Amino acid sequence: MQEIQMMTTKRTWSAKWQDFVFAVRQVDRTQIGIAIGLTPLAIFMLLPLFYIFNHAFKPLHELFLFPPTFVVREPTIQNFSELLALTESTVVPVARYIFNSIVVTFLATLGMVIFGAMCAYPLAKHKFPGSKIVFGLVLTSLLFATEAIAIPRFVVVQSLGIMNTYWGHVLPMIAMPVGVFLLKQFMDQVPNELIEAAKIDGASEFFIFLRIVIPIVSPAMATITILAFQSAWGNAETSTLFMQDDAMKTLPFYMGTLTSNLANSVARQGAAAAGALIMFIPSLLVFLVSQRKVITTMAHSGIK
Amino acid sequence: MSTRTPILSDHPSPAPAGLGETKSKLSQKLRYLLSEIWKFRLSYLFILPFLVLFVIFILIPVVAGVLLSFTYFNAIEFPTWRGWMNYQNLFSQDIVFLQHVLPNSFKFALFVGPIGYIFAFVLAWLIAQLPSTLRTWYALAMYAPSLSAGVAMTVVWTVMFTGDRSGYINSFLLKWGLIDKPVYFLIDKDYLLNIMIVISIWSSMGIGFLAILAGILNVDKQLYEAGRIDGISSRLQEVWYITIPMMKPQMLFAAIMSIVHTLKSGGLGSTLTGSNPTPNYAGQLMIDHIGDFGFIRFELGYASAISIVLLIMCFLLSKLFWKLFGPKEDE
Repeated sequence: MQEIQMMTTKRTWSAKWQDFVFAVRQVDRTQIGIAIGLTPLAIFMLLPLFYIFNHAFKPLHELFLFPPTFVVREPTIQNFSELLALTESTVVPVARYIFNSIVVTFLATLGMVIFGAMCAYPLAKHKFPGSKIVFGLVLTSLLFATEAIAIPRFVVVQSLGIMNTYWGHVLPMIAMPVGVFLLKQFMDQVPNELIEAAKIDGASEFFIFLRIVIPIVSPAMATITILAFQSAWGNAETSTLFMQDDAMKTLPFYMGTLTSNLANSVARQGAAAAGALIMFIPSLLVFLVSQRKVITTMAHSGIK
Repeated sequence: MSTRTPILSDHPSPAPAGLGETKSKLSQKLRYLLSEIWKFRLSYLFILPFLVLFVIFILIPVVAGVLLSFTYFNAIEFPTWRGWMNYQNLFSQDIVFLQHVLPNSFKFALFVGPIGYIFAFVLAWLIAQLPSTLRTWYALAMYAPSLSAGVAMTVVWTVMFTGDRSGYINSFLLKWGLIDKPVYFLIDKDYLLNIMIVISIWSSMGIGFLAILAGILNVDKQLYEAGRIDGISSRLQEVWYITIPMMKPQMLFAAIMSIVHTLKSGGLGSTLTGSNPTPNYAGQLMIDHIGDFGFIRFELGYASAISIVLLIMCFLLSKLFWKLFGPKEDE
């Protein structure tokens, strides 16, 4: 699997195109049927995304055109400058929200990946007393959508005194169990013999973890990085709950305030569309770069 | 509440006299356990950072939520104990909850949960039948919506469903002559919940969907050949007797992810309409109800009780999925 992956990432675009043509020629009748049947659905799924790309670049007179159009006719970056100008008059400029988002996303992703991997390794490879309890807790808590325990979380964060700090964003996000769970499932596949052999050669646990286990599960690490990035980048919850100071809130929260009254007023539609695009692009890019790794990793995601 | 806690410490668990044998066995066991723990001290060091955060931000809030649900708490005064009152009120007095929130949640959960899950499976299976290059593109098309952060995409949906003729859906329906006058999609109680269901299913093809897809692709091809020899004649039988049993772990993971997604989309109604409670409580789900009582009326104890009911529902659901797809004793 990994070899195939290496090969395909090294191929050029023209080779990929030839692959594509080859693949198209190879399809049998059922496959053609499925492909034709799925195409409208795929278009439906992508339509809102296609729309946001166009909407973000529409000049004002096109935004409220009747009948409304999907495709932009005279693209401008007016909406983006409006988004920036919108907040110049207020206390907190939009650049501050973007800066906060970048800091929080970076720290949270780093924390989730590192702490997640550190926790997953003993759970997968050491049968220490209590490991079953810890894993059972992680499994059960996969279900606990944090929305349902928002109130006690608020109380906890308040009493820790990390309201209105970056810690208040980052620490609650790191406690997400999905990463630990996925990494543990993947580390189960690392052969025990390899670890035993390293131990006989006198390698320390830290060495085994860093130099043997982590390199083997690197595709899974990439996947977790993406998932962690997505959840941190799109997270408005910590801003809403734990941040009262506007200067500490993040971009998703700001987007929420922009769109919250959209149904009633259409004044900031262009700016909101530009903001939505800014929110979406990084996730898409990160995913596109590593989608093969993600799909291979997911094969090991099952609960056994 | 504080008078209740010492009950545990009232019993210092004195071992009955004359059972010295069991006592020494116990202490032996304890010593063994301690030496085991000492042996694995590095393992504990590894899990410590995550575990501490996990306990602080997930475990303690869950326990605190359970405790708070038995109190009256308004975030300013110290909580006062109310026993089962909150739960009693929830199921007997809260008309909004019984008439709107519960039926809405049930309908929403039914469509987004099981139907969305089956839809994800069918979709993944169809995509898995395609040759690999095409497969990647279709998988990407289905997965892309889940990349869009929920908040950000409401801008798209609100504009699409705007209630006057400048709304995209209204405009197209008018053009094709399907309706005579614009429909107030986001305000009309007949439409809001259905729109929420469509949007949630649209964005639900996330990691659960990828897990199913990867699971299907991972099934050993030789099994299908063997199945054909054993008399499996249709693709449907193949799916039922080979594919699904072979990928139970992924099915379970996807099921749990689907429950979580359904929960998370709970606040969609208030983001779409821009108000909590939603117009006529048409899109009011459990999460909105919690938000309404917790962060608007500041009846935190009562809101916690609703949260606990929600968590118990999810827990029972996941138990059901464990029964269906979980590992069996003999496997």
